[in-house]
Amino acid sequence: MNVLITEYLRINLDTEMWECRRCGQVLIGARENYKRGLLVYDRDPREIHKPLLDTRRYDRTFSPDPAWCRILEYYCPKCGTMMEVEYVPPGHPPLRDLELDIDALKLQWKDRKEVAEAPLGEYHPPQRGHQHSHGH
Amino acid sequence: MNDIREKALPKQEQALLDKFLADHRLFLGPDPEIMRNHSIGPRTALEEAILSQPQDAHQLNHVRGLVTAALDESFTMCNQMGAAPGAKWGDLVTAVFTASGDLSMIAPHGIVGFASVCHYPIKFIQKYWVDDPTVGVKEGDGFIHNDARYGGIHNTDQSMIMPLYYQGELVCWVSATIHEGENGACEPGGMPAAAESKFDEGLKMPPFKVVENWQIKRDLLTFLQNSVRDPKLQLEDMKVKLHGVMRLRDRLLAVLREYGRDALVAMLRKNLEDVEAEVRRRIRELPDGVARVQCFMDSTLRENAMQKLQMAVIVKGEEMICDFRGSSPQFMNRSVNTNIASFKAALVTGFLQNVWPDLPHSMAALSPIKIVSDRNSILDADGDMPQAMSLMPLFKACTIPTVPMNKLNYSLPHRYTATIAPQYDQAATFIYGGLTQHGDVTGNFCADINGCGQGARADADGEHAISPVFGFMADSGEHEINEEDTPIIRLGAQRLAKDRVGFGKFRGGLGYEQIATMRGSGMWGFMTGCEGSKFSSAQGLFGGYSSPAYQLCKVKGINVFDTLREDPTRVEKFDMLYLMNERPIPGGKYTSQDMGMTFELCNEGELYMICQGTGGGYGDVLERDPQMVLKDVAEDLISHETARDIYKVVFDPSTLLVDQAATDALRAAERRLRVARGKPFDAFVAQWVTPEPPAHLPYFGSWDDPKVIYATSAGQRIKMDADQLQGVFMPNPKDLRIAQLESLVESLQAELDQCRAKAGGG
Repeated sequence: MNVLITEYLRINLDTEMWECRRCGQVLIGARENYKRGLLVYDRDPREIHKPLLDTRRYDRTFSPDPAWCRILEYYCPKCGTMMEVEYVPPGHPPLRDLELDIDALKLQWKDRKEVAEAPLGEYHPPQRGHQHSHGH
Repeated sequence: MNDIREKALPKQEQALLDKFLADHRLFLGPDPEIMRNHSIGPRTALEEAILSQPQDAHQLNHVRGLVTAALDESFTMCNQMGAAPGAKWGDLVTAVFTASGDLSMIAPHGIVGFASVCHYPIKFIQKYWVDDPTVGVKEGDGFIHNDARYGGIHNTDQSMIMPLYYQGELVCWVSATIHEGENGACEPGGMPAAAESKFDEGLKMPPFKVVENWQIKRDLLTFLQNSVRDPKLQLEDMKVKLHGVMRLRDRLLAVLREYGRDALVAMLRKNLEDVEAEVRRRIRELPDGVARVQCFMDSTLRENAMQKLQMAVIVKGEEMICDFRGSSPQFMNRSVNTNIASFKAALVTGFLQNVWPDLPHSMAALSPIKIVSDRNSILDADGDMPQAMSLMPLFKACTIPTVPMNKLNYSLPHRYTATIAPQYDQAATFIYGGLTQHGDVTGNFCADINGCGQGARADADGEHAISPVFGFMADSGEHEINEEDTPIIRLGAQRLAKDRVGFGKFRGGLGYEQIATMRGSGMWGFMTGCEGSKFSSAQGLFGGYSSPAYQLCKVKGINVFDTLREDPTRVEKFDMLYLMNERPIPGGKYTSQDMGMTFELCNEGELYMICQGTGGGYGDVLERDPQMVLKDVAEDLISHETARDIYKVVFDPSTLLVDQAATDALRAAERRLRVARGKPFDAFVAQWVTPEPPAHLPYFGSWDDPKVIYATSAGQRIKMDADQLQGVFMPNPKDLRIAQLESLVESLQAELDQCRAKAGGG
């Protein structure tokens, strides 16, 4: 049985492994930090939040300061999906953001039905910009 | 010696000693027994007696409905009659508390954070004033309060608190709170970033009796008016709040007469117990484990300083702990500290805005959750620390719980609300003060604080400029009304800030540009109180990017009205990027600087420009529907370059038609590039992580070990044990600048002397 943990991660309770929800890649043991099963890239924040003011005239241009802020991008090693993003000062240890008790999780899901797609709630707004129907 | 110390006094003598000490306390400061307890109290004997009997749920619901209507009516009175901009645009609340002082219900449109701190002053009144022969509490009394150290979000908020008696018995308490703004601080507007001690913060009112027999005591009112810049505002809104709570009282008395005391008491108490039980149930269904988030606040509003705020949510069974240890230490002479009670009120706001918004809004939502913090940290500051700009950590408390709670909630087979990334979390508004065109002295803030962009959701983009982080119903205001009252002229407003987006599969809602100047005043000025000019402020979720950095831009030394009079076509549009990059107004000094600015004077026609910000993005940018990307291009929210470079969409720039095959190929290539450039985590960490914060960074908080706290105090890097934190003292930025300039002058002088010597020698 799989338990969905984030938009891109699930835990296979039978194998006790983290898996990619996009490509099914087995990442690492579920009792480990899932980030250890991913690839990381240190991104200069100016590549994403590009300078919008003239850099010859101004130091502050709407880009984060790369000496203060780096973007750690985490990718699935197989399909390249960007599963997490972490903004940190240079050299800061990556955060272990999830540490689940797998034995408790197994007990908890013993009586629950598997969820294949994450629920979105009772209401979700229409996706603007893509409104024609595929129901033909 | 030990024997003497351990020997208990006889009972009678101990009682005498206790009474003596109680009667001779030199100062009734904030009481830690009250201020550190955020949970609902035990049932009173009366509540126990009533609730041990079967309750008519239908009748309780009827009573609840009548009280809701009463709260709505009193809220509307304060909203419609209040003079403060905060009252006009929704930064207010009315509330009902149990006889013990626990917050049970707020007005439907109200700000829960304002009310969920009012139980602290009520409990103070009960503990200290009820039996004090010089104060006492009786029907017709009203108590004013604003000091966050006795309960409150920050000192610009003033409350009116009133006991409600029925047939001679205290049945409940009612309150009204408005963000008043001006409070006589060292800077106008009530939120002085320049405050270096609590004595710079203006009015600091512990709860005291300002109303007797339903009348405001004129002597005390005059004292308060004499202590602030806007005495008319002080008078008007004290009256507004008084009459708001009196109306609320009238309506509750009608309920009491119709349904009796027991029905009201049962309803107020059951609201709390039911919410608490439901929260325990919701905790129980979460997976056991830990989810963590950290954020970095890059400014004290006087200088750039990297302050860590970290949160671990620990779940085991029906127990939840929110652990904030390892966060930045407090600042002794900067205003960005908060006390723990205010922080908890912001935290419950965050849970009720973004995690469990379907729950009734009261403090009971946080009651079963344990909060752990380091004493003397920025979020659990000592009462002597300045905390006038506590909004900085408080806004984080409203937004960052979303991240770990989404990671814990995601696996559930059902949803209580949308899975949503954090909202933009800065007070991005102009605070102002000076002489109005009508000759009045004033100080307050613009309602743009209420226009933060929403975080992206798992199923939709965030809404643009939707609300403040602390409430749903507050509005970003009518500029025409502001221009009637103040000399502020808005040259640009509500222009969405293009390309300043939390990118993702779904993007954050955008913020908007604010371009302001002054006209028709002999003395006027602005301040701004935002972080996030060097380090992104609002985080993304599940691979979504954060907000960009935001700047304060200025054009000084000009008068835009003269420019436009001479040549109305000179300025093509009031757009920050155009104005700063094209510099269409001649002779101006154009600067881009930190969004934290202490009060400075604005001459007529000079430009001050800031942005409201975007919420965080959700999911991988490569999964964004290309049609939605192009719609953002068509709506001028993003540039063609952003569509191509960030979202990797290939399209015809003239028709904006997507080339789906080319887009698929480009995105597939980008995924392959990611795999090629990414490093395995362990190898990356071995090369990336440094043992300490970089030397160039003024860093505050833990690094790898939450028990070791780094700081830069008086210019020196120091390390402290987390449980032995000391306040950090910051040098005056002007002194540092003077020292830099003196050193520069010295070296230039030496060069000059050398040149002169050479010239003389030649």
